Amino acid sequence: MAHILLRHRDIPNLNVFEVYKKNGGFEAFKNAVKTMKPEDVINAVKNSGLRGRGGAGFPTGMKWSFMDNKSWPHYVVANADESEPGTFKDREIMEQNPFQFLEGVALGSYAVGAHAAYIYLRGEFWQVAAFLDERIAEMEKAGLLGDKLFGTEYSLRIHTHLGAGAYICGEETALLESIEGKRGQPRVRPPFPPAVGLFGKPTVINNVETFANVPMILANGADWYKSIGTADSAGVKIFSLSGRVKKPGNYELPFGKTFRDLIYGEGGGILEDRPIKAIMPAGASSSFIVADDKALDTVLDYASVRTLGADLGSASVIVIDDTVSVEWVVNKTLHFFKHESCGKCTPCREGTYWMLNVIKRIEHNRQAEDVSMLYDVAKQMQGKCLCALGEFATMAVTTGIERFPADFGR
Amino acid sequence: MADVTLTIDNKQVTVPAGTLVVDAAKRAGLDVPVFCYHPKLEPAGMCRMCLVEIGRPMLDRATGKPVLDEAGEAKIQFMPKLETACTNPVSEGMVVKTQLTSEKARAGQKGTVEFLLTSHPLDCPVCDKGGECALQDLTMAHGPGQSRFLFDEKQRLAKQLPLGELIWLDRERCIQCARCIRFQDDIAGESVLGFEERGRMMQIVSMSEPGFDSIFSGNTTDICPVGALTTSDFRFGARPWELNAAPSICAQCPVGCNLTFNTRREAKADGQIVIKRVMPRQNEQVNEIWMCDKGRFAYHYVESEKRLTRPLMRRDGKLAKVSWKAALDLAAEKLSEHKKNSVTLVSGRLSNEDLYNLNIFAGKTEAILYTDMGGGDLTSLVGVSDGTNIGDMGKGDAILVIASDLYNEAPIWWLRIKAAAERGATLIVAGGRAAKLDRFATFTIRYAYGDEIKTIEDLGGKSKIAEAFRKAENALIFYGSDGLGLAGSTSLAAACANLLKETNHIGRRNNGLVGVWPRVNDQGAWEMGFRPTADLAEALKGKAVYIVGADPAGDDPALAKALKSAKFVVVQDISMTATAELADVILPAQPHTERAGTFTSGERRVQRFYPVVPAFGESRPDFSITAQLARQMGIILEGSSLPIVFDFIAHSLPAFDGLNYDRLAEVTEQWPMVGRGDMYYGGTTYENKDGLGAHLSSAAQRGETFKLPAAKNVKPLRPKEGELLAVPVTQLYDLGNTVASAELLAQRIGAAAISLHPETAGKLGAADGETVKISWNGSQSEVRVRTDEGLAAGVALVPRSFGIALREPMTLTVKPAKKVK
Ligand SMILES: Cc1cc2nc3c(=O)[nH]c(=O)nc-3n(C[C@H](O)[C@H](O)[C@H](O)COP(=O)(O)O)c2cc1C
Ligand code: SF4
Ligand code: SF4
Ligand code: SF4
Ligand code: FES
Repeated sequence: MAHILLRHRDIPNLNVFEVYKKNGGFEAFKNAVKTMKPEDVINAVKNSGLRGRGGAGFPTGMKWSFMDNKSWPHYVVANADESEPGTFKDREIMEQNPFQFLEGVALGSYAVGAHAAYIYLRGEFWQVAAFLDERIAEMEKAGLLGDKLFGTEYSLRIHTHLGAGAYICGEETALLESIEGKRGQPRVRPPFPPAVGLFGKPTVINNVETFANVPMILANGADWYKSIGTADSAGVKIFSLSGRVKKPGNYELPFGKTFRDLIYGEGGGILEDRPIKAIMPAGASSSFIVADDKALDTVLDYASVRTLGADLGSASVIVIDDTVSVEWVVNKTLHFFKHESCGKCTPCREGTYWMLNVIKRIEHNRQAEDVSMLYDVAKQMQGKCLCALGEFATMAVTTGIERFPADFGR
Repeated sequence: MADVTLTIDNKQVTVPAGTLVVDAAKRAGLDVPVFCYHPKLEPAGMCRMCLVEIGRPMLDRATGKPVLDEAGEAKIQFMPKLETACTNPVSEGMVVKTQLTSEKARAGQKGTVEFLLTSHPLDCPVCDKGGECALQDLTMAHGPGQSRFLFDEKQRLAKQLPLGELIWLDRERCIQCARCIRFQDDIAGESVLGFEERGRMMQIVSMSEPGFDSIFSGNTTDICPVGALTTSDFRFGARPWELNAAPSICAQCPVGCNLTFNTRREAKADGQIVIKRVMPRQNEQVNEIWMCDKGRFAYHYVESEKRLTRPLMRRDGKLAKVSWKAALDLAAEKLSEHKKNSVTLVSGRLSNEDLYNLNIFAGKTEAILYTDMGGGDLTSLVGVSDGTNIGDMGKGDAILVIASDLYNEAPIWWLRIKAAAERGATLIVAGGRAAKLDRFATFTIRYAYGDEIKTIEDLGGKSKIAEAFRKAENALIFYGSDGLGLAGSTSLAAACANLLKETNHIGRRNNGLVGVWPRVNDQGAWEMGFRPTADLAEALKGKAVYIVGADPAGDDPALAKALKSAKFVVVQDISMTATAELADVILPAQPHTERAGTFTSGERRVQRFYPVVPAFGESRPDFSITAQLARQMGIILEGSSLPIVFDFIAHSLPAFDGLNYDRLAEVTEQWPMVGRGDMYYGGTTYENKDGLGAHLSSAAQRGETFKLPAAKNVKPLRPKEGELLAVPVTQLYDLGNTVASAELLAQRIGAAAISLHPETAGKLGAADGETVKISWNGSQSEVRVRTDEGLAAGVALVPRSFGIALREPMTLTVKPAKKVK
């Protein structure tokens, strides 16, 4: 099957303006602005079954329809923070297929009546931001962005904004604070961004990959998109595969393939053909999946992965084999989350610090008491934090101890 | 707003829509523990202490009606996770289970306390907050009995860090609730605090130079739920449980903030009771639960070494200690001897009762109020009416501030007017220079100093601003004496009074004229009948003078000269002043902290203050001294009972009609509730148990007929080539007798400096910080130059109470201090 998102793998130099244009580029946007009502664009996305690719899998068209039409202006924000350990798909899209992403942002903006869109990139992506700035300039020059587009009243400008190196700024409300020039810390929700977002105005925030789907949906129709994937999860997903596999990398697959297809098919199997032990389907924020046959034959879509007691999240699949101790992996995730906790709420600020101390002690001198304590602290955090990061920080701990007790000497 | 009924812990509660669950519980007498939430701040949902179970009626998707169970009751759907009571507004039919009825909530709160304590130093025995600490209290009430955290794994951070010279931070004690930051951002409007780093390393920093540059900084120590923020003044001063609390009123400005003085006996003071700190006392109509740093830190003058402890008399040219009898005898004899030729000069530092007695004492002889600001007779006529509360003002209302830098002259009014503007009130700020309030103004009017009257007259004409003011449902005018002397401010008051009358903004609550007086009880002095005089030096020359609570000689050499030529000078004051140095007899008086009495605020609210500490030495309250002096001269005045003096006032002045000491001591319930057992909620501000005071009525409110004087057009002073227009202005911290003794304010007070626009300074060849020689009205002085972009070219601001006697606008010349040859 030809790629839908990673089309550059089929069409060389797709990141060159003329090449993208020649391959049908910008037609969807032009057509939408000239002939479609914004609601029609929203409906097309709704009907396509597209769900957000940033982690939560929230229906994208529905999110767009939540925009408060009594409060203006509206904003669109593309989340290009891509900070989840093990996730590296948005970067490939932005570097290799940037115009499809930008066209998606433009379509989303038109759909919700936004005249300004922001692309928020993690600070390390400064070269990507510079590259995107050039692509945006090309689009402006070609009359695809700017004032009164295609002879209509619609105007749109897209801006890039760099973060300063904080995982929390991928969380949508912390991201908004950061664009506003404030400290990157999550806001209390509700209100949600479609009601009160950037600069207090209604805002749509979607992942880069989510936006990249939109031009294809508008070009080929919602039904076409919906026909790909599963009933629960329509379309295709880019899986960032890493860990103990022979061929790590990004793989675009329709929803409905299995973990086995991904890891043994695309990924070429485990290094040195060792036995697979565990899967983290969503990077460091994952629950551990015990990689037995049942799991390997589980279909890759949002609902099916949930039956394994895990979330597909951003689909950054980290593969763990029998050479790796789950305790060691938990240790690494706790270093990460302790470092990245923004500090705003008590359970996460104190809990991540506490858990790291305990796991370090477990590393040096494992005692049953500390393993129980680690588990207790994680449980005590769950369901109490202000944002999902605190929750994420506990997932590996609780599922690691529950599902791999031997690795903790239990 | 419509009311909403919900159930909290099986108790039915009805509260206005929009109320947060935490406040609804509080109103129902149920305590949901909080750390980051504060009823005066926007909720932040950070600390996760207020976790409760929240359920809402299940709604049928199709009909939108509640789904009923077998018993016909609405089925309640509980949220899967615990919710924060501080961020969830109530809704109809909501069911809340707090820690009192939910095991899950109890466990959640216990977990939060345990988390908070993991890195807390637990140094309660040496912590200033110990004994009134939210963390201590809530740990005892909701925390686990034991810690599972290993002590030596605690995060270590700086423990003694001055954020500025007034406030210290202990970063280990900080629980990262951001109350201090949010207070500075939202209430004070001075965003000088912030967080640095993240996670467990997150710590409070001051982002200003000088550190913690805010005049409201002390309030953060009241609402900080732990001992992380302490004042330089009180730090390590005493344990809270040793302290007694005495209700009082701040005597630093016309706002009249309600305060509590905390005192204790100290061996180093020979077992005397001494003041340890000053805390705000709640009065939602005056200062809410706040106070400014001047009120909090400048009080040290009452215990200054300069305090007069015994009567003094001039013998052989020197002042010698004498008995009260000797002093009073001589004073009475001399004042009687010159009866036809005597003057009584008083100030607004005195209480209503003092001033009442003094006014009767003066009788037909001249009675002068020592001030350079006029118009108090007009605030009596069209001043604010009963029930006025800036805190109620918002959309549809207007507030005009003219010729007053409220930030420096009356900080809490500044704070509350800013809040009214944020609630939607039309704020018009008119001034001769940029002021901090401009930032919150709907309209700013910048006039040339001298054009104040014209500015008000224009507001009576046709313009967008005039329209906004006229159409406002309620309107207040705050007028001051920024850049004005007595003549100018008197005239301005008349213009303002007329504007209010023409636009029908008098005689009703939230309408009227407010004077931003230089002293706490200037309004009271006007009510008692005292008036300033245009030429004070002339009025004093060759007279027998009785000066009470004023220091004219300290302010102006011309007045000192006039006093030197006086026939006889009796000075009654609390401290040795330049004026007292010239006296023939000195009578030692008590500051308000040593006695009872009442003050009338600029909003014409009469409020009681109570004795805080015993009298210094042989000092006596002013009203008694005056009564004793009067008695020697054959005038009978009440000299021992303040309530009786007040009754006399109430009987003789219609504005005071119906008021008495009991009435002034009444309290009604105030929201939010602060200062009870639940300090975790509102902070350590004291509850008001001793009186909210009462408004005086205005003539307009009483429906009396009166004629307002027309504003006299004072010809604006326009300096000639080579001259500057010097105007007097007020600085919050100055070298006045009631501020300078507070050593910890020295840095904020700074040195005397005149302010010039950088261009003006440039033309004179004077850089910022340089010393220059100034000459005005025959006087000369050397002062520093400060440059200020907010000034008009050709204007020189001269701060009052900094040793430069400038009592009205004048021309001034500036020369480099050192002549370059
Ligand atoms: C701690 C945290 C980090 C996140 N990081 C990212 C990220 O790097 N990129 C992203 O697209 N979404 C991230 N999210 C999810 C966003 O909050 C948000 O749900 C998403 O951008 C919505 O886009 P979507 O609907 O297209 O998925 C993160 C969420 C959390 C709680
Ligand atoms: S859960 Fe962690 S990252 Fe999220 S607000 Fe709380 S401290 Fe910050
Ligand atoms: S210093 Fe006090 S008020 Fe400020 S964040 Fe820390 S604990 Fe809260
Ligand atoms: S605002 Fe005025 S009355 Fe209030 S504390 Fe400050 S100086 Fe005192
Ligand atoms: S989260 Fe509610 S009080 Fe802090």
